[in-house]
Order: sequence, then structure tokens, then C-alpha cells
Amino acid sequence: MEDGKKNMALAVCSGCSIGASLDVGKLLDSAVEANQGLVCMEHRALCSEAGLTGLNTLLKEKGVDRLALAACSPRVKSKEFQLDGIHVERINLREQVAWVMEPEHEDTQLCAEDQTRMVLAKLEAIRENIPYIPESISSEILVVGGGIAGLTSALEGARAGYRVHLVEQSGHLGGYGGRIYKLLPDCESDATLKEPDIHLLVKELEKLPGVEIYLDTRVQSISGEPGNFQISLDKNGSSELHVGAIVTATGWKPYNTEKLEPMGYGSERVKTLEEFELFVQEEPIPDRILFVLCAGSRDEKHLAYCSSYCCSAALKQALYVRELNPRAEVYIIYRDIRTTGFQEEFYKMVQADDAIFMTKGIIDTVTDRGDGMELVISQSLLDEHVILKSDMVVLATGMVPNTTTDLQLQYRLGKGLPEIEYDFSDSHFICFPYETRRTGIYAAGTVRAPMDMEMSREDGAGAMMKAIQAIECVKRGEAVHPRAGDLTWPELYMERCTDCKRCTEECPFGSYDETEKGTPLPNPARCRRCGICVGSCPERVIGFADFNINSVSAMIKAVSMPDEFEEKPRILVFVCENDAYPALDAAGIHHLSYSPYVRIIPVRCLGSINKVWISDALSHGYDGILQIGCKPGDDYQCHFIHGSELTEQRGENLQETLETMMLEPERIQTKFVEITEHHEIQEMINDYVEEMELIGPNPFKSL
Amino acid sequence: MDFPTLIIGGGISGITAALELAEAGQQVVLIEKENYLGGNVGQFNNYFPKLCPPACGLEINYRRIRSNPLITYYTGANLKSISGSEGDYSAKIDLEPRLINNNCTSCGKCAEVCPEERPKKLGRSPGEKAAYINNGLAFPMKYCIDPEVCTREACGKCLEVCDYSAIQLDASSAEVGILAGKIIVATGWNLYDAAKIENFRYSEEADVVTNQEFERMLANCTREHKKLTRPSDGKVPSRIAFIQCVGSRDQNHLPYCSAVCCSASLKHALTLETEYPGTISEIFYIDLRLSGRNETLLKKIEEKEGIILTKGKVGRILPSEGEEGIVLELEDISRARKRKDVFDLVVLAMGLCPAPVAARLELNEYGFCLPVQPSGMIPTACSKRPMDVSSSVKDATASALKAMQK
Repeated sequence: MEDGKKNMALAVCSGCSIGASLDVGKLLDSAVEANQGLVCMEHRALCSEAGLTGLNTLLKEKGVDRLALAACSPRVKSKEFQLDGIHVERINLREQVAWVMEPEHEDTQLCAEDQTRMVLAKLEAIRENIPYIPESISSEILVVGGGIAGLTSALEGARAGYRVHLVEQSGHLGGYGGRIYKLLPDCESDATLKEPDIHLLVKELEKLPGVEIYLDTRVQSISGEPGNFQISLDKNGSSELHVGAIVTATGWKPYNTEKLEPMGYGSERVKTLEEFELFVQEEPIPDRILFVLCAGSRDEKHLAYCSSYCCSAALKQALYVRELNPRAEVYIIYRDIRTTGFQEEFYKMVQADDAIFMTKGIIDTVTDRGDGMELVISQSLLDEHVILKSDMVVLATGMVPNTTTDLQLQYRLGKGLPEIEYDFSDSHFICFPYETRRTGIYAAGTVRAPMDMEMSREDGAGAMMKAIQAIECVKRGEAVHPRAGDLTWPELYMERCTDCKRCTEECPFGSYDETEKGTPLPNPARCRRCGICVGSCPERVIGFADFNINSVSAMIKAVSMPDEFEEKPRILVFVCENDAYPALDAAGIHHLSYSPYVRIIPVRCLGSINKVWISDALSHGYDGILQIGCKPGDDYQCHFIHGSELTEQRGENLQETLETMMLEPERIQTKFVEITEHHEIQEMINDYVEEMELIGPNPFKSL
Repeated sequence: MDFPTLIIGGGISGITAALELAEAGQQVVLIEKENYLGGNVGQFNNYFPKLCPPACGLEINYRRIRSNPLITYYTGANLKSISGSEGDYSAKIDLEPRLINNNCTSCGKCAEVCPEERPKKLGRSPGEKAAYINNGLAFPMKYCIDPEVCTREACGKCLEVCDYSAIQLDASSAEVGILAGKIIVATGWNLYDAAKIENFRYSEEADVVTNQEFERMLANCTREHKKLTRPSDGKVPSRIAFIQCVGSRDQNHLPYCSAVCCSASLKHALTLETEYPGTISEIFYIDLRLSGRNETLLKKIEEKEGIILTKGKVGRILPSEGEEGIVLELEDISRARKRKDVFDLVVLAMGLCPAPVAARLELNEYGFCLPVQPSGMIPTACSKRPMDVSSSVKDATASALKAMQK
């Protein structure tokens, strides 16, 4: 569009109180004044059939290709205003002007005129977008790890018609699940223990066409991007694969038993759950067995989390101990019995066995007395201190995830997947459990979170779905969640790049690799389109077709600036599109009024705000700049991980700059809201405007 | 031509399944019985363990739905029947009239003039009109009219003010037929009926509420920027009891564990601690079941003085005899003593049961769908067993893959 035709139109809807609040005629005049030859239209209900017919006729007649549509929020009537072959930008006159500012007031009118001119300036500045699609796209998928999660993942992917490569480092498939003596019952209808069935899964997988299995194989390196990953395996010297996406299901290991010495580990009478599972398949079962649950789990000194599988695994073992040795007495020392869901029935069955004694308690000491083990237990329901003797102690040791660095990612930001709490490669988002910070690579099973076998199966299938989806999105040149469907991508003007590495370091998704010199090597298919690199670049060389240094600068400068004597401050508000923008809309719906001195620019993420826009705004005469985004911190809500946090850090640097310019540091502030906080966002804006009024006008205003 | 996948239920699981499929290039039809998408989760105040608002993720999902041409959705859509077989299902859907059509611009004039109020319900905005919208973040962002409350043409005030011919007070239900290749059952859960637990006097005492009602009360307070008050007299409650496993783990009611209520009650107590400092919450439990990372809730709680965890069993709630508050008769197991205690508000951590579905599905003894169905239909998330949001979303994603398999 930059070089092609650029025929712009402005359509203003006067419905839903817009017309009653504003002088639409005057609004159109002010727009035409700034944009000669602008095609204009007004209608009392643009979204109605008559409105849309009128609009389409006009656009066709005048050959319009870019439309500024001043009406309601882009969050409503979106289907109605998707017009074929026309780039539409919405101007939110309803929720963010007419519904929150005093009707028929000069300041309200000026706000509407400015917001309109801002969007027109943006339409003028944006470039035509050509989606990024890698030259060579593979629809094949690599699954790393042949345990229950990896097997299920491979099986379900192959059943959906995708070619799958399954890599397992050991000589056989099945993982932990393959070494188990008995399985937990299904619980849905039957509470008896099941025979292991993982070999059936393996058989089924081996039968399926389109599945390639590599045993005794490790990944040597992974490079590239979704749709186009190059994999090198250490099979037969080395072999190369070309895949579109990756599922990593490398599983778990038991917690380091050396750290459990106070619990008696080291004595041959003390076993872990995993060791006991093998022990019963080879050795006779002693007459007294004691299970210690949460051995290492739920303990700040060891594993702070609950390992989820151990309660039911230990109950299962207690049951088969009784089956194999009917003379056996079993003790189970627990903190809470966590048999969730239908496993409750199974728990009841264990409770019903008179030879299985269960008590809540904390293990104080475990001593090998030569003829057996002696345990001192406190805080039990029986007594404050209890001494129990047993021939064997089974420790339900916790689940520790295997490292994902075995993926050997050739990424600037590290060889494995980023980990959140406790080394698990889990998502931080409750609603988006497959959110990954390495696009196209999805963790499944116990490497992602502690879980049992049933959940591992579901997880393996879910991760495969995301892998398939990543490939399909790349084929269309689209971003994946959360900006699903976005066809734009960051383009770099390399001639001006100074190899400062900000973009390569700050990208939350590791999109950028770099040369030895530090020159960024973009991988656009890894990109999630948050724009944090746009915000990071001091040379301003990174931009999207519709969101770049020029387009936002043009919006900032399109505001007509009253002089300092008019006592009409102008406040620039950068609003994150994800949570703050809908919160602002909700404030509109509830008619929570705020100052007409604000001029709002939505941004992809707070982290996408470039410093140059701040200085543009200050030199243009804005009295203050407010940035509102999603909450940072341990429980961050930023959809792009650390966008809000980066903005805070950059803000600190900015404050110093302001001081050297003899400007009050309070003029630039960063605030955080939750999406439901429409009352708070109203107060936030009003308080801030009040503060700026007290500080007084920006001295650069009249320069 | 391949038929689309039909997804029954527009809660978080159904929405997720629809999006996962559509973004992988598949055509889907999503049906929801209520007038808005979001299901149970859409009415939640916050999630455990992060204590973040569900509206945040839902908004992202709604944006994805709005921009995806492969998704068709119907609200107010009740499944009547399913015939045919895998690859070639035929579903009959009843579309209930919203009494407001798609011309609605959500300008809100109808609600402004509407003289009728919807009956009071815990968690519903007080004074909500017969013409209403779910909340400021509703999807679809369109008003509807409660047919039970609206007096139709006898009033007609909304007809006069609507500038967009959106009001259709005489609209009647319509039947739609949908041909589908695959069907995902994402009908979710209902709360077990608290009235059935007679010793807790849910039907008699206004200040005995369910966890779901309490969640909605909190959500409403967040949205309306109001203080939490108890239903009986509008006082701010300062001592709140949470009774765990009400109905669940009980052979006379739900023999299974509902998996989410422990975390939910701890979340409630933590929310009270942050939003209403000084409130005392006491949680009566049998076992605290917080799997995986939810364990961190316990850590957060251990540092709080206002939250008391008592391993114990509440025997019954005594009839209030003019006394202030609700009297609990309970057995404190860890301290091995019986106790009577008074609280301002009592929250019953009710269990989850499967929502009914008008389709031939193989069920287990508890009424949940078996994971594999002879008809080829794909049950997902809480239609299979009680699970939390994150697990439900995960399973919905897995179910989407099953729907892509020939």
C-alpha cells in the first residue's frame, strides 16, 4: 500500500449516543482539513443493513482501500465491519468518548476529533503486509520420549494423518509405565487392579503407517522455526529430520534418594515406590511393610509441591502386597490422602482391608535396628508420639521433571524450554496450559507438571494437537495464540542495526538467534507478534506493517496541541490491547466517566512501547504519558510473559532522562489493571490527570 | 464434503475445543444453552492458584472466535436429539428466542427503560432488569430479555426506545438441524443439590450458601465494586466457615471426590484475606487435596492469621433461634474434641455432578460419560470426571485432536 494506491475514507456512525454527544459535521470537517480528498460518510446506524449497504456502495464507487470507521469499540460488531479487500481501522467513539465524557462539550468534541485524526494518520502510515511463510514447510512431527505421554502423543498424531518420528533414548518404549507390576483400576466401574497395558499401546503404534521409531537415540540438535525445524539425531552416526513441530515428553525421575537419608534410605530395607514396583516382581514380600507418603514432597526443604501420583500409587502397592502375601500387615503414614475424582472408591477399598492401617502423621526418625526398621512418628491421630516397627519401609518419593535441555535447541535463549516453578516446563496460564515460550514446541506429561498416567495420556494428545495447529498456522502465515490469526510480523531494517542485542535478549519467545557478532537472525515463525522487539530497539529498526515506529509516531503527532495558556492538558495513554483495553470498554458500558484530556493509543503489549514515542509525545507538547497494562510479578497476567515488567524497568531509565531534561519524573507513569477492574481504570486515569494538572503544563509545549 | 465438528457446550472446554480445531483449519459449530458463552467459569471471580480473573483468558478466546471464520456459534441453543453415526451425525437444536435480535448494538437503552426486575439471586447484580446483558465483558456483546419476567406487549417500553429494530417480543423458538462429522460433548458440570444435605439447613438458612454461589457473590462484588455482604441482613460477614466434602466422598450422595473444592475453598479464604482483611475463615476438611502446584495455596495460607484449617467433621447446622449467626456442631479431629461455634456465613463446598445431555451416551455408575463411546462421540473434561479448569482445557485440546481423526 505504501507504494500502491492509498484511497482513504472516514465513516462516522452517529448512533448509540455518538450523534447526541458530538457534532458529527464538525468532526468530519476537522478530519477533511487534515486529510485533503478524504471520502466521508455519516450514518445513524452504520452496522444496520442500510448503513452497511450505503457504506459498501460508497467505498466501491470511490475505490477506497483504507477505511477509518468511527463508531463502537472494535470488540463489537466485528463481523459486520470486516469488509472484503479493505483495511479497516476502528475509532472507538462510543465506549471511549461518547459514553464516558460530557455530551456536547467542547473537550469531548476535541477528544473525538483528535482520536479520529490519530487513526487517519495511522492509516496513512501503515504498510501493506505480506504474510511470512517459510519456504519449505514440513507437516511431520517429532516426539521426544517414549513413555506413556510420548507414546500416546505419537499414536494420536498418526491417527490424525500426520507423520510422526518418535525418539527414545533407551532401548525400549514404555518408560516408567512399562516397568509397572500392576496398574491402578479404571475406577469408573471397577476398583480392581489392572494388568499393565502399555505394551498394547506400543503394538498399536508399531502397526500404524507413518510412525518412525528411533530407539537408543538422542537428539543432537534442533534448529529452525515452526514449520521448518532441522533435527539432527545421533542414530547410526547421525541422521537428519525435517519437521514442522515438536512434542517433548521426556518424563520424570524420582527425587534424589540421597537427600532422604533421615528417612532411612540407604538401608536395604528401605525402598522407593519405583524400586518396590520392581521388587515385588522378583522377591518374596515381607510380613510387615510400612509406606511413608510425601517422602520429599510437600516439603520446603525438598519438593515444595505435591507430586500427585504417589498417594494412589502407594495405595495400589498396599493392595497388591496383601494379594501376594495375605499374612502381610501394612501401615500407611500420610499427611492427606489425595485420591481425587473416582479414585476415592479405590481408597475406600483399601480402607476396608483390616490388615491395612492408615494414620496421619509426620516421620521423626527411621532407624535400621538390624532385625527391622523402627520409626518414630509424631502428630498422628493415635497419639503424639508413636513407635512402629516394620520389615520394610517404602518411601513414596516425589516426582522431579527431567531436563528439557536434552532438546539441544540451537536458540539464543537456551537449549531447553523455559521452566516455571520447580523446574517443570509448565505454562503459567490456567486457561492456556499449552502456552509455550518456544513456539511449535510443546511439553507433555510429567516433564510439564506432576500427573498420573491417565492425565499423561490426555496431555500427550493435547500437546500433539497444539503441534499440529502450529504447523497449520505457519502454512497460512498466521500467528498462534494469543494473537491467533495475526498475519503481520516484525520486519527488520538491518542497515541501521547496531548489533546491540536488545531484541535477541528481550524477546520472550526466543524468536531471534544471533551471529557471533551479535547481529539478530530473526525466525518470524517463532514470533508471537507481541511487539516487545519493537519496544526494545534503540535504533527503531523493527516494525510490523500496521504497528511500527512511524505509525504510532504519526498518531501521537496527529493530536492538535492547545497552547499552555488554554489550560487544557493533553495526556497520552498507551493501553495494552489485552486486558486494559477491554477494561476501558467496560468502563464505557457502565458510563464511568473520565477526563476528556486523554488521547488513547492501543498497543500490542506494554513492552512494545518504544522510547522514541515518549520523546515524540513530550516534544509534541503532551503534559504526561500514562501506560496501562497487565499485572507483572510472580503471578503475572501479562500475556507476553514479561512485557509489563520490561516497561517498568525501561520506565526507571526514562525517569533519569526526564530529570536531565528538567522534567518531573511523575509525567511518565506505568499502571497495571486486571481486566475486571473497570472502576479502577477510571480512577487511575482521573487521578493521573489531576496529578498532571497540579504539576502544570509541559514546558516544551510552546517550543 | 466433510461435515463440521459439533461441540455441545460453550463453557471453557467447549470454547477451547472449538478454537483448537478452527485454528488447525477445521470447521466447527459450537452450541451453548445459555444466552452467553463462558459457562460456569464465566461466572467465576478468580482461578486457583494464581487468583487471576477468568475474564482475562475468556476475552482472548472471544477475540479468537470473533476473528475466525471457521467457527459458527449459537447461544440459547438446546440440544434436542442426535441421530446418525460418526461421520454423519444429525443434531436437532432448539434456539430459544433472546427477544432481542442481532441488530442489537448493546447501547443499553432497553435496560434503561425496562420496568421489570429479574428475581434476586445470589451473585446476580441486584436490580438487574428483564432486558439485560451478562456483564461488561459478555460475549456475544448483545442484550437479551428474560422471557420469564418480561410482560411483553403489555409494557413495550423497550420497543419505543430501541433505534435499531432489535426488539422482537413475539419471537418464538426455532429449530435448527446441524449435520456433523464428529461431536464433542463439553457439557460440563452442575453443582450437587445442597438441599439434599438436610443437616446443613441450606433451604432454611439464608446465610448458608454453596461454594458456587459464594464464588458468584465475590465476582459480583469485584465487578460492581461493592463490599461482600451476607444474604440475610446485608451485614459484612467477619467469620466465615467453609465445610468441605459436602455431598462428595459420601456414599449417600456422591461417592467420589469432586477434585476442585479443596483448592476452591482455600482460594476463597485467600481472596477474603486480600480483599477483606480482618475476616476470619475457618475451613473444616477431611483431607486437603491440592495436587501439583496447587500445594502452594497451602503455603500462602500458612502465613495468614485469618485463615484456620481444621481437620474435622461438621455434624450439623443447628436451627437458629433468634441468635446472630449460624451455629455449627462439629468434631475437631486433630484436637480430638467436640465444639459448637457460631459463624456469620457458612459456605458449603458442594461437589460436582455431570450436566445432563440429550444424547445417547454410555455413562459410568456416577452418571459421567465413559471416555470412549460406542457412538464415536467424544466426551471431554467435566463430562467425563470432575476436574479443574487447567485440566479441562488440556483435555478439550486432546479431544479436538480426536475430532480430527478419520
